[in-house]
Amino acid sequence: MVSKDEFYQALVERHGIDNQRKFDEATVAICGLGGLGSNVAICLARVGIGRLILIDFDLVDVTNLHRQQYKISQVGMAKTEALRENLLEINPFITVQTHRVKMDESNSLDLIKDADIVCEAFDRPECKSMLADIVFTNFKDKYLVSASGMAGFKSANDIITKKLTSHFYISGDGVSDVSDGIGLVSSRVMTCAGHEAHMIIRLLIGEKNP
Amino acid sequence: MVAINGKDYAAAGKNLASVLTEMKYDFRTIAVEINEEIVSKKFYEETILNDGDVVEVVSFVGGG
Repeated sequence: MVSKDEFYQALVERHGIDNQRKFDEATVAICGLGGLGSNVAICLARVGIGRLILIDFDLVDVTNLHRQQYKISQVGMAKTEALRENLLEINPFITVQTHRVKMDESNSLDLIKDADIVCEAFDRPECKSMLADIVFTNFKDKYLVSASGMAGFKSANDIITKKLTSHFYISGDGVSDVSDGIGLVSSRVMTCAGHEAHMIIRLLIGEKNP
Repeated sequence: MVAINGKDYAAAGKNLASVLTEMKYDFRTIAVEINEEIVSKKFYEETILNDGDVVEVVSFVGGG
């Protein structure tokens, strides 16, 4: 069994002690645990983000397995619990808080109030829009890293991260809409999730440019 | 003139909600930024656009 110290030293070697301390102290809320959120969570757990808040109401379904970070043995489990299990297998030394709930205007403030950075990882455009509204109406100092446009087989090189305001970033190609019937492909969704996770990591070490 | 998503419009003096409605935006799926500040949906109605404002309207698309 790898000890906490050994694990920590390995992270420090890669990231540097100053950055690792920032990661230790950080809290990131991940809103939605589908193709984006489950992949973002795994990136952040590997990097050693101190506290992850996972929010989703849904259960793992067989139709999720083509792109989401769950296993066939986890079908039927709450995504919050399944992902917690998977994250702690990768890095047992972080704190994972879970909320099995559908986010709405009334419960969101409490769910994200402790987060330094909020990751929007919903699938429906109405939810993406709602979260931006909630974050910037109530928390001027929080960062929101959101995603829009990652469906289909088009080039992964079209996925980029844009800085919209000093606290609002959006990853994606901006146009590839799942409602156009083009489906979601693991590699392109992971590319977009990688963009979101990397922006979160950069913000935590003080890099503001996408 | 007001720049909306990079194009100039004669929208100075109009309220944001009416301009967005004219442009057929669905309020449920957008985020609006004026001069690099996000405008809360509850203020769309009372936000009056000024000459020289730079407006970005993000239309979210589905998938995640």
